[in-house]
Amino acid sequence: MAKTELNTKQKTEIDDRSSLKGTLASVFFLGIFIIVTWVSVYYLFVDRF
Amino acid sequence: MVTSTAAKVKVDPRDAKLSMAHFFVAFSALALGGLMGLLQTLVRSGKWELPWGIDYYQILTVHGVLMGLVLTTFFIMGFQYAAVSRTTGGHSNAARRTGWIGFWVMLVGTLMAATMVLLKEASVLYTFYAPLKAHWIFYLGLTFVIVGSWIDGAAQIMTYARWRRNNPGKPSPLLSFMAVINTVMWIIATLGVAATVLFQLLPWSLGLVPTVNVLVSRTLFWYFGHPLVYFWLLPAYMCWYAIIPKIIGGKIFSDSLARLSFILFLLFSIPVGFHHQLTEPGIDPAWKFFQVILTFMVVIPSLMTAFSLFATFERYGRSKGARGLFGWFKVLPWGDARFIVPFIGMAAFIPAGAGGIINASNQMDQVVHNTIWITGHFHLTAATSVVLTFFGISYWLVPHLTGRKLTKAMNKLAIIQGWVWFIGMAFMSGAMHFQGLLGGPRRSAFSTYGGSEQAAEWIPYQIAQAVGGTILFLGIILVLIIFVNLAFFAPKGEEEFPVAEAENLEEKAPMVFENWKLWLGIAAALILFAYTIPFIDIIQNAPPGSKGFQTWSKW
Amino acid sequence: MHMHKLERIWLIFGTSCLVIFLTVIGVSAFYLGNKPPSCLTTVNPETVGQEKPFNEPGLHKVDGKDWEYELVFVASTFSYSPAQVEVPLGAKVKVIATTKDVIHGFEVAGTNINMMLEPGYISEYTTTFNKAGEYLIVCNEYCGAGHHLMYSKIEVVK
Repeated sequence: MAKTELNTKQKTEIDDRSSLKGTLASVFFLGIFIIVTWVSVYYLFVDRF
Repeated sequence: MVTSTAAKVKVDPRDAKLSMAHFFVAFSALALGGLMGLLQTLVRSGKWELPWGIDYYQILTVHGVLMGLVLTTFFIMGFQYAAVSRTTGGHSNAARRTGWIGFWVMLVGTLMAATMVLLKEASVLYTFYAPLKAHWIFYLGLTFVIVGSWIDGAAQIMTYARWRRNNPGKPSPLLSFMAVINTVMWIIATLGVAATVLFQLLPWSLGLVPTVNVLVSRTLFWYFGHPLVYFWLLPAYMCWYAIIPKIIGGKIFSDSLARLSFILFLLFSIPVGFHHQLTEPGIDPAWKFFQVILTFMVVIPSLMTAFSLFATFERYGRSKGARGLFGWFKVLPWGDARFIVPFIGMAAFIPAGAGGIINASNQMDQVVHNTIWITGHFHLTAATSVVLTFFGISYWLVPHLTGRKLTKAMNKLAIIQGWVWFIGMAFMSGAMHFQGLLGGPRRSAFSTYGGSEQAAEWIPYQIAQAVGGTILFLGIILVLIIFVNLAFFAPKGEEEFPVAEAENLEEKAPMVFENWKLWLGIAAALILFAYTIPFIDIIQNAPPGSKGFQTWSKW
Repeated sequence: MHMHKLERIWLIFGTSCLVIFLTVIGVSAFYLGNKPPSCLTTVNPETVGQEKPFNEPGLHKVDGKDWEYELVFVASTFSYSPAQVEVPLGAKVKVIATTKDVIHGFEVAGTNINMMLEPGYISEYTTTFNKAGEYLIVCNEYCGAGHHLMYSKIEVVK
């Protein structure tokens, strides 16, 4: 039981070191920012005559 | 072994001298141009007027020419010249002589144009605005600036070509490759502005021809005007891709993808000028939309860049033991001005890029075209992302070139400078964006527009811009203090010119990236495809030409 | 050349967004008729003041066209003619404008009417004035010393 625990811990450590999940989260934040601003101005365009 | 010698590699002192010459001109332009910017925001707040008959549009011209052409072109040429020298082992005597000739030609041209602006013979802003007709010396001066930049850029290309000859089959050093891409893009782009100046504006201002074709002139100008902004941006990207990783102690995420993104910039920065002319008559809407599509293509290399930078930071943070989704963010070297000043620039590129996509979105341009939103936009791109990165570069490059050290005190002052800029720009650019959405025009002195209610709503934003402009001017004073210190007074020593290595050294960049015939061929094909038919249309269906006007105030 | 899996996901997402943006504006422009002002008609800027319709600036009712009114403006340094005009609420109007001298802007603040006026060209934009109120027309393209003093007004009235 104790041994398996140790193994999983080691595995996450290796994963963690090369992981780019923070990068993916960051760029998606950026993407959502772009979408929100674009849609807002598009709404202005549609709303105005 | 390799890294430790690489860390000590210095730019040849003879090359350093030429780079520094560029920087003296660039930072002088910053000082004067920055003062003009401050005065503009004060005038437009409505609380203050210019003394001694100085005209708002005159200082607007000075600000635009100095910041948009002189500061940028001189800094970029100086930086790229040093980067090529550092990564190829130095320029030859011939290349160095070429560089000096280019420098002097640019400087003479700058002084000619500046004199005419000061004499109020050329209050036409740096975007020309034919049929406003400036003094021919102004146009000739700008021709010299452009031709000088070609000669200056030729020095970099000569040294790159020599390196390639001496190292057959090897991909060139990343920084040199990027510098040459940017120089080549600049040369292709300036052909447009050179054409309108040499074949239209100069003969017309000399009285050799009576009229000018306005739309042809504008189209040639904007053929140049958009790649111009990428010419400013790419040196910042050079720093972000190839220098920042070294500063933080990390690696370049991918050397090949960095090169690929630069090639995409070379291809897609140029055939997109119509997105500056979206609300203009005389251009077919289908061709406008075609160039809008190409403009969107140029977003893709920036998306790649964003990923690469975050990945470099995350890989570095995790190598230091950072955990969780964003733990890597905390371990970045926040106390190092060489990192944080450009980093603020990178962060500014997020709203800047988002705004850029809006501007380019065809009919959506009607919401923002020629409003002060646009001014807010390029004060994020050029005046934050680009110049903060330039400042960040100069904080190590200037002492490297002058054989001095960036001291702890100066490092601290530089960090303060970065944050001052951030705060000032948040006020100024933020207020410009919102005022623009309400319809406030750009390039305009203070006006109540006959007591209009709408114009009254704009005034609080204009006051916020004056507050931001004042804070930014303090930021410029700090930059100048640091620059002068690093150039003349900082203690002698060795400051590193950081050049990063790729994460995966086994992965060689494909040699096809250095196949200039291929990339120049594709670039030319795209330009011809995007411009030939609409340009012929514009010429064939031209109205009678315009005679010249001088509607600005004179001494 | 190797591209990380997550980068590929990001680029596919980003490029898809761009394609969606382009589709939205493309359909809006070419199918719904919201193209940016791109009139191809040319005139002689020096005599345009004597030619129709620019010899009579202002609002005119028209028959047998897709729009009910034509609103004609002539710009010159540093004013617009007419200096003020009333438009009935809900009217479908074709705004037709040109310049007699240098480049001017023609922006009705707070609306999508925003176009460049260039010597020798006519600029047009058709829209329905569906919100009442007073709208400021500003010159948003630098034209000289009095650029910021160049304006006109549209009143959209019930």
